[in-house]
Amino acid sequence: MSNRSVIPFGPQHPVLPEPIHLDLVMEDEKVVEAIPSIGFIHRGLEKLVDKKDFNEMVYVAERICGICSLGHGLGYSEAVEHIMDIEVPARARYLRTIWSELSRIHSHLLWMGLLADAFGFESLYMDCWRLREEALDMFEASTGGRVIFSVMKIGGIRRDVSNEMLKDFNERIFKMEEDLKTIARPFLEDAAVQTRLRGVGVLTAEQADALGCTGPFLRASGISCDIRSTGYCAYGDINFTPIVSTEGDSYARTKCRIEEIFQAFDIIHQCIDKMPSGDIEVPVKGMPNGEYMMRIEQPRGEALYYVKANGTKFIDRMRVRTPTFANLSGLVEILKGCDLADVPILVLTIDPCISCTER
Amino acid sequence: MNTEFTAVNPGSIIDESQKLKFAGYHLMQQCATRIPDAYELIYTFGKGLEVKQLKITLPENEEISSITSIYPCAFIYENEMHDLFGVQIKMINIDFEGKLYRTAIETPFK
Repeated sequence: MSNRSVIPFGPQHPVLPEPIHLDLVMEDEKVVEAIPSIGFIHRGLEKLVDKKDFNEMVYVAERICGICSLGHGLGYSEAVEHIMDIEVPARARYLRTIWSELSRIHSHLLWMGLLADAFGFESLYMDCWRLREEALDMFEASTGGRVIFSVMKIGGIRRDVSNEMLKDFNERIFKMEEDLKTIARPFLEDAAVQTRLRGVGVLTAEQADALGCTGPFLRASGISCDIRSTGYCAYGDINFTPIVSTEGDSYARTKCRIEEIFQAFDIIHQCIDKMPSGDIEVPVKGMPNGEYMMRIEQPRGEALYYVKANGTKFIDRMRVRTPTFANLSGLVEILKGCDLADVPILVLTIDPCISCTER
Repeated sequence: MNTEFTAVNPGSIIDESQKLKFAGYHLMQQCATRIPDAYELIYTFGKGLEVKQLKITLPENEEISSITSIYPCAFIYENEMHDLFGVQIKMINIDFEGKLYRTAIETPFK
């Protein structure tokens, strides 16, 4: 039997934009076990329910993460709206859906860029992030923000988007689709890229389900579970089928995310075509009293928002279970038996967001 | 989403988790909420889009058994409840012993 050694990986590492630490137990070049460690940037945002009222907590939720900002504001708002039995106007629901899909597009393009950078394909990395700028420009035009949007509120949204701007978005998205077809080709067809991704870090459907994995990480293992199918926001009015792959390897996870971007384009087109007119918010009366667990599909997977309110303006508890938190167990599993050289790629293929995880 | 919470005694959490495991549910999350002299723990399990939620009221100075023997991935949630709230959980498979989160104050959410 070979000698075992332990290699510390992270919290600072070129492929890690945010800090996570793994103790990699090695036998020669093979990883036999990985023990994760987080907690380097825990901010305790959930504790702010003691100081911020239930309306102000929307801003706190949006600041959990710079990539998933919109989704966090949305999930929290929807949880409170369920408790208060508020029916959000249709136009607000459709605009929330468009912004959610723009979030998915920019998050997946960011991830594709990071992956390209990790396997040394720098021009591809630049191409991905250049295309991502288009999505951020649309965010800036419609919300006023590029990172934190502050557009969600309990009972609706803060800003309407004119029909002229929506028409312009439609054109820009057609253009993005063409550009993405070119960018996606190296990820899906280049022999060198496939060598790094195919058959690497396989997670079976049984393992993915048992470990509670979510999002593209789960669906790439053949399980068709997409929380958008529950029909929150305007997803109930939209035709879409969850993107699923069966191989369960890093290539399947890449393919799922790329196809989800094309699907997001289609969902935005559908929303713009069906966009209802009318109000974008309803007045909120009274204080929330009760509890609710809201599920939404963030770009990285299912996120849970638990809100418990007591009839005063300060809620008792806000708990956010982020997708990366659920996917850490799956990460530990796929690292077992891999080569040391594949560890950075495997960490990336779960699309970790430690800022969300730490809250 | 089904947001009904089924009340469960702390002593029967292993049995209840076992039943859900055999019924094909995976663990979605565990979290704690502070209530006077006790904790309210919520364990959420999912099967596809279906959800079941257990609510446990745990007196402040009592221990609860870990469910990591049934759901190994529960270690991350249980360490979090321990580190942030001070919930006493016995037999966690990977026990960080208070070192999962590097907090300036011990059990800051208690």
